[in-house]
Amino acid sequence: MNFASFGFLAFLAILTLVYFLVPKKVQWIVLLVGSVVFYAFAGFVGFFFLLFAIVISFVTVQILGKRQAALKKYLEDTKETLTKDERKAYRAKHKNGSLLVVCIGILLLTASLVYVKYLSGFINSSLSFGSGAISFGSLAIEVMGISYYTFISIGYMIDVYREKAAVERNFFRHALFVSFFPQLAMGPISRYADTGEQLKATHSFDAKESWCGLLRILWGFFKKLVVADAIAPTIGYIVSEKLGGIYFILLCLFYSIRIYGDFTGGIDIVLGSAQILGIKLPENFNRPFSSKSTAEYWNRWHMTMGNWFTNYIFYPLSLTKSMQKLSKWGRAKLGVGIGKRLPVYTATIITWLATGLWHGFAWNFVVWGLLNGVVILISQELNPLYEKFRARFPKLWHSAPYQSFMAVRTFLLMSLIRVFDCYCDVPLTFDRFFSTFYTFNIGEIFNGGLLELNVSLTQYIVIAVGIVVMMIVSRLSIKKPLRETLWEKPVLGNAIMALLCIAILVFGSYGLGFDASAFIYGGTFN
Amino acid sequence: MEKLIEILENLHEGIDYETCDTLIDDGILDSLDIVTLITDINDAFDVAIPPEEILPENFNSAKALWELIERLDNI
Amino acid sequence: MKKRIIRIISFALALVAVIGATLYLGAVLQDARLDNREGHLLCGYYDTTDPHDVIFIGDCEVYEGFVPATLFEEYGITSFVRGSSQQTVWQSYHILEETLERETPKAVVFNVLALHYGKTPSESISRMSLEDMEWSKQKIDAIRASMTEEESFLSYFLPILRYHSRWSELDSDDFKHAFDKHADITHQGYLMQTHSDPVDTSDTRQPEAMLEALPERAIEYLDKMTALCKEKGVELILVKAPTNSIRYYWYPEWDAQMVAYAEKNGLAYYSMIGKDEEIGLDWSKDTYDKGLHLNVYGAEKVTSYFGKILAEDHGLTDHRGDSAISAIWEERINSYYNERGEK
Repeated sequence: MNFASFGFLAFLAILTLVYFLVPKKVQWIVLLVGSVVFYAFAGFVGFFFLLFAIVISFVTVQILGKRQAALKKYLEDTKETLTKDERKAYRAKHKNGSLLVVCIGILLLTASLVYVKYLSGFINSSLSFGSGAISFGSLAIEVMGISYYTFISIGYMIDVYREKAAVERNFFRHALFVSFFPQLAMGPISRYADTGEQLKATHSFDAKESWCGLLRILWGFFKKLVVADAIAPTIGYIVSEKLGGIYFILLCLFYSIRIYGDFTGGIDIVLGSAQILGIKLPENFNRPFSSKSTAEYWNRWHMTMGNWFTNYIFYPLSLTKSMQKLSKWGRAKLGVGIGKRLPVYTATIITWLATGLWHGFAWNFVVWGLLNGVVILISQELNPLYEKFRARFPKLWHSAPYQSFMAVRTFLLMSLIRVFDCYCDVPLTFDRFFSTFYTFNIGEIFNGGLLELNVSLTQYIVIAVGIVVMMIVSRLSIKKPLRETLWEKPVLGNAIMALLCIAILVFGSYGLGFDASAFIYGGTFN
Repeated sequence: MEKLIEILENLHEGIDYETCDTLIDDGILDSLDIVTLITDINDAFDVAIPPEEILPENFNSAKALWELIERLDNI
Repeated sequence: MKKRIIRIISFALALVAVIGATLYLGAVLQDARLDNREGHLLCGYYDTTDPHDVIFIGDCEVYEGFVPATLFEEYGITSFVRGSSQQTVWQSYHILEETLERETPKAVVFNVLALHYGKTPSESISRMSLEDMEWSKQKIDAIRASMTEEESFLSYFLPILRYHSRWSELDSDDFKHAFDKHADITHQGYLMQTHSDPVDTSDTRQPEAMLEALPERAIEYLDKMTALCKEKGVELILVKAPTNSIRYYWYPEWDAQMVAYAEKNGLAYYSMIGKDEEIGLDWSKDTYDKGLHLNVYGAEKVTSYFGKILAEDHGLTDHRGDSAISAIWEERINSYYNERGEK
């Protein structure tokens, strides 16, 4: 189902109504049925894969739960009879058995993910990035959301293995946790700690939550329809015409704006929808374009994905025995400095490679992932230098211009890296990038070139206003989301809500577009 | 404990590790720092901090970190 | 408590404002797209209260081919043309349904050209026909039958959804006339064209060989029209206007299909193609767009020719003796000649 459609809004409205009307005890069943209906709109082929992920993760956590209970009982029973070391050895052995179980579970789910992504091309199920042509609406195809529910399931199995999450014994509640509909299309990747208990709990209608959720959905529509989708034609045009020089730089900027509006807007719709139902999904963005370094950027952009990779790949990988051995070996042979870095650096590169591949099995994603890793490591290496600079010139460091400079630098760098998934062609991307060094056509864009990108002047103005509004809202949301501030000022808040609605309806990029000549009957004779 | 503070100071200078209890929350330690730190600790104290113990509450202050090391040593 | 009341009231007001703005802006934005003559061919019918002997139904070939004023002037037959641009058969069917709800004419004349459309050829042109209809069950059915894949049904209720991207072209006039009723610019459904643009005789292009028979879907709706007329006791007459350009070419195979259809269903079918001499058509004078459509001079000749058939073969009454009816029509004929210029 397309999030940016009346179908989805109608679905959400009906679901909300039923959800708050039924006895609270069965609310979770309403959500499960809703999720099934939502998923059914995307076709039943994908249903099999979702069911597979649900069953595998359910069975895995049940086994893990039983094993953990058995271990506990054994240790309790043998408190008196065994020595501390014996008990420790038993525990370690038992843990290895559990590790095997969780590994089998992970392997099966990963296999189904790889299978689907390999077969259905490399874009269909990776919902967050992809080519410029992608909008989050068109993503409900093939096996919708497999990247997300697979990660949610794997994360849950690992959390249970680590004894950080409770074992859900009810199959249907477990199914709801994995398949809760808002997060199926584009995340966030929630952990059991985020939503597990909430989805079980009962929820009373809360005017504030629902109002804020509604405003958030509208805000998401605004970002997507008035800004992101409106700027999209320029991206398609620059890429397909292989324009270089200044146009490449424009592409970087425009694509960043587009992906920001599309992705954060989509997540706003997702989180807003859940909020209306009284469920708080984890945030996925925290003012990403205010980041002052690449590492910080990845702590603010697609946060649930970043956390997933950090928690379930980066940490375990860098703390494995072999990594620690590698470190020891490095310290002995190559010096303390390099030896210390070896595990971190190896794990970073592998993690980013995996992140790239998760987005899609294509070279542009591999390069995209590696570039991110490399940039992070380079800035890590430069860190001592920065810190010296900072200690030497603390005033300058903390001055607004320098802080802004860092943010702009990070933004440009990330825009440049991001552009790889625009072209879907690595050599071409490099070629166009280098064209900025020998093609000086900056004058062209002011001589009407800008208007040849399939967007008119008035549309640019609306987009620009939209961007300014987005910046203001982001600025005002640092301490707490603006919508919560507006809730305290009902008159202003509702006026803004109405204006937002009208702005979306009039300025949004949706529908068939208007071409006056198409409405002249004689105009069809040529 | 002194040894721990020394390790921490090698990581980032100019932070009062004795009192600071928001090392994670304020983003002073990022994921790369944490892995470096754990590698150092494992080496210095002969423990193995497993990934599941990487939680904000264990890494927010030197004191919490020290408690973690002691706990792992005593299992 | 007080804050809660303010909250509820302001939310309700916001809701009203959004609904109001949606309707108002929708009307404003929709208005200018209908600023062309072909956008208001169907609305005039709703203002007439007198009955008609004949209803013409179909596409451009009826509203540019049959002149009710001439038909009354020469034969005393009362008629109305319910034609619109690229009116597809399913639209014709539902418009016919709507018409037969309001009156029972003696005959319905359907022009067969549009039978070659198996699906809606142009969303925008189709929309002009549909939007010009008054709301009724038939209109809803017509919308459902006509909608192209990428359209949403809701956009017929909320025109803002269709026309919102027009915002950058708005001027102050659009706001002034948002809710004005559109004037009927036709003469009983006939759209006047007075200029001439002769057929280009140097153009020797020939139509390609016919690829397919008339689409099944079109024939299905023709069947429905036949059945409906039978049920209501109205005679259905099939015609094909004399225009036959490369763009809208009526293939002999289709013609044969119509002849067979008429015979099977006991209907009359008149193809006027090739009847130029009998009708008296002069293609250097009687068309306004190089032979695609007839101008008023051609249409009058066609009406004259076809009126005779109606009067003689279909037994339609001459009302010229009825002073009440004549009085109404005299006014219409006057206004017709006002636009046309004297004979």
